[in-house]
Amino acid sequence: MSSVVTVEKRKVNDYKGDERPTWCPGCGDFGVLNAVFKALSEHNFDPKNVIIVSGIGCSSRLPFFTDAYGFHTVHGRAMPVAAGIRAVQPDMPVLAMGGDGDAFAIGVGHLIHAIRRNLNICYVVMDNAVYGLTKGQTSPTAERGLATKATPQGASDPAVNPLLLALATGCTFVARGFSSKPKELADLITRGIAHQGFAFIDTYSPCPTFNTVNTFKYYRDATEDLPADFDPTDFNAALHYAASEDPLYLGLYYQAEQPTFEDHIRNNKPELTKSAMTVVEDLFDQMS
Amino acid sequence: MTRNDLVIRVAGEAGEGIVSTGQLLTQAALRGGFHVLTYSQPPSEIKGGHAFYQIRLSADRSYSKGDSVDILLAFNQEAYDRNAAETKDDGLLVYDPSEVTPSADSHFVQVEFPLNDIAKNQLKFPIAKNVVAVGALAELFDLPTKHLDSLIEERWLRKGEAVVQKNLDALRAGIDYVIEHVPQRDNFALYPEKTHAGEIMVSGSEAIGLGAIAAGCSFMAGYPITPASDIKEFLEIHLPKTGGHALQAEDELAAIGMVLGASYAGAKAMTATSGPGFSLMIEMLGLAAMAELPCVIVDAQRAGPSTGMPTRHEQGDLYQAAFAGHGECPRIVLAPTSVRDCFYQTVNAFNLAEKYQTPVILLGDTLLNVRSESVPRPILNEVKVVERLLFSENGNGVGDEVGSMNGDYSRYVLTENGVSPMSIPGQEGGQYIATGLEHNEEGLHRYDEATHTIMTQKRFRKLERAAQEAPEADRFGDPDAEIGILTWGSTVGSVIEVIRQAEQDGLKLDMLAPRMLMPLPDHELRPFIESKRVIIIPEVNYVGQFANMITSQYPRDYVRINIFGGMPFRVDWLLEHIREEVAQYV
Repeated sequence: MSSVVTVEKRKVNDYKGDERPTWCPGCGDFGVLNAVFKALSEHNFDPKNVIIVSGIGCSSRLPFFTDAYGFHTVHGRAMPVAAGIRAVQPDMPVLAMGGDGDAFAIGVGHLIHAIRRNLNICYVVMDNAVYGLTKGQTSPTAERGLATKATPQGASDPAVNPLLLALATGCTFVARGFSSKPKELADLITRGIAHQGFAFIDTYSPCPTFNTVNTFKYYRDATEDLPADFDPTDFNAALHYAASEDPLYLGLYYQAEQPTFEDHIRNNKPELTKSAMTVVEDLFDQMS
Repeated sequence: MTRNDLVIRVAGEAGEGIVSTGQLLTQAALRGGFHVLTYSQPPSEIKGGHAFYQIRLSADRSYSKGDSVDILLAFNQEAYDRNAAETKDDGLLVYDPSEVTPSADSHFVQVEFPLNDIAKNQLKFPIAKNVVAVGALAELFDLPTKHLDSLIEERWLRKGEAVVQKNLDALRAGIDYVIEHVPQRDNFALYPEKTHAGEIMVSGSEAIGLGAIAAGCSFMAGYPITPASDIKEFLEIHLPKTGGHALQAEDELAAIGMVLGASYAGAKAMTATSGPGFSLMIEMLGLAAMAELPCVIVDAQRAGPSTGMPTRHEQGDLYQAAFAGHGECPRIVLAPTSVRDCFYQTVNAFNLAEKYQTPVILLGDTLLNVRSESVPRPILNEVKVVERLLFSENGNGVGDEVGSMNGDYSRYVLTENGVSPMSIPGQEGGQYIATGLEHNEEGLHRYDEATHTIMTQKRFRKLERAAQEAPEADRFGDPDAEIGILTWGSTVGSVIEVIRQAEQDGLKLDMLAPRMLMPLPDHELRPFIESKRVIIIPEVNYVGQFANMITSQYPRDYVRINIFGGMPFRVDWLLEHIREEVAQYV
């Protein structure tokens, strides 16, 4: 005899944390937070089974506003911390959240290797081209010349193209979202979580306080959805569209199936494991 | 004449089989019941270069590498030139005449040993050169051949009977040569009075790996660095057997980051590095302390700042281990005093990390990590393993909390000993945010004066408790002696031998070596310091890092003895200097 269990579908509000967001009014990160709630509810995850890892910056405060396990790490180091978590809890969904400074400046060395490992996490970068928490210096995604209050002479270096970076590194899920398109963004995050491997979602999330150039309007005018017949398994097409500066395309650029970090760990273990003390005794025997 | 102590050094070009010769001999000697302590100096060059492997064989347990060499086997001229000075005047020089021309005024007993010729022309098996050498050396100190025979069978059986026989022939050729050509070989015969059979041959790095597994470590991340890479390699092979995993990170920042992620997710986790890598980890050492995540960091010290001398020895990282980090960052520092102690202090490091939810740094060094030694096999059912205090859904499982949970789980609830129950992802009702920001009992970031004051006290309260539970200090010598020696880490080996020699001449010394260096265990140090007329602090660094820590906490006069050339203390040198210092007070 089997019984039918009706699982109640969780709602967006079920993932709201006790803390109210500390972001400025009009911050793009609100839209991203709502998209995260939506994606979590789409998967109907129990909050106790979700881990959100972040770095340092305005956007990295997101775990505090969410009801889930969270790890607010240090600047740039969300990726290795997420890898350590996945090595130990390979069945628990891990979302990584942070800003463009975290991902493409101080943490870019780790990002490349997290992608290479094909760590099975979903990384949403809230990209606003400036450092908000330190009052508006330009970041690696700022266009050359972008002037802000804290960088009055303008950004001296050309911008990093996050999508090309991810594609060149072998990322198995590459997407671009926009915080004022919450439905599409939630869909990307939902698919990113479902993806087996490293899902990278660069997300335009404007800073109304420190970046007066890359505003909501700027991105609304500059962006366009990828063509309806776009094939996300075509790597060369992904490169081509990712390189476009006008328009800036939104959507899923590329998705591929490759062995994951977690596969490697699983394959490295014998079918029958032994107790720690048995392993040590065996080694003592070999050493005598 | 019989001996109970013999130092053999095999020297030549790296890659020439120096290490395999040494290891075969070591293992055979272990089976012969000798105490074995090895010491090697890998070349600093990438390929080739001079290398040696030294084996000290003794009937009684020895504690240091041995000051000078009794038998030198020189494979080439450079090996002779570099090592002759460290060989005793009445020592034995064994050399291949086709490679080496000894100096005319040498005092050594010299034996020509045409190794290459025997291997190439007599045996037609040039790669067996090392086995020929092993046979010759073993015969010199009178090791029963059965130990070598069985070892060779085990080692080459996979390659078939024919290969085994060829190697046995090579062994025999070496033995026969010595019987025929070395008439006074009795001078080097070694008769073990005590048997060390049943001991295990282990390096400090392996002992750390074994200790980690025994303590329940299930995750290790590291980045290659001399002299700590061996620990990672050992755990990469053996940790999966328990269901754990060890991996190579992209740098040391990532290694410690992964360790903290793993610890947060519920695993006992560690990393192992040397000074330069530890410098990179200091950023997240603070995060571990602030978020109260248990972790073990091994710093196998090497010599000098920056890249320094990667293959040389120094005790120069004590300050870094004890004080590094911005703000006030509590941590525990342990220093094993011998190869065997590496096993036990690694277990203690995990136990303290888990119990007090704080980073624990284990200070090894080149001397300790790289050398192998025969040590009594640790008795595993006497090893106590501590688990972290976990949040329980039916009550928080601690009992002495002075803070309040308000019905909900509070990750950082205030308690008498500062330890709050931890939840593991997946636990119902245990959701919290681990953060490096100052936070309240619930783990929410707060910057008010009261919170920072209370939480700083909470974090340091754990250290106060930990100091009271410090692993017992290493003690050796006469407890009633008026002259005390305070030291730490691997220098203990040299000091024990100094004390043994001094005692034979009527000089009584008493050594105390705390195994916990941060916080300093007052209950061990104070009575010792107060009871001694003279206290000598030898350590292998320039500024006297340990001596300064002791002086600031226990002000009085101390006699400091420091060396900092990249080598450990020679026993004869240290004894002479202690005598000189003591003479002023007697």
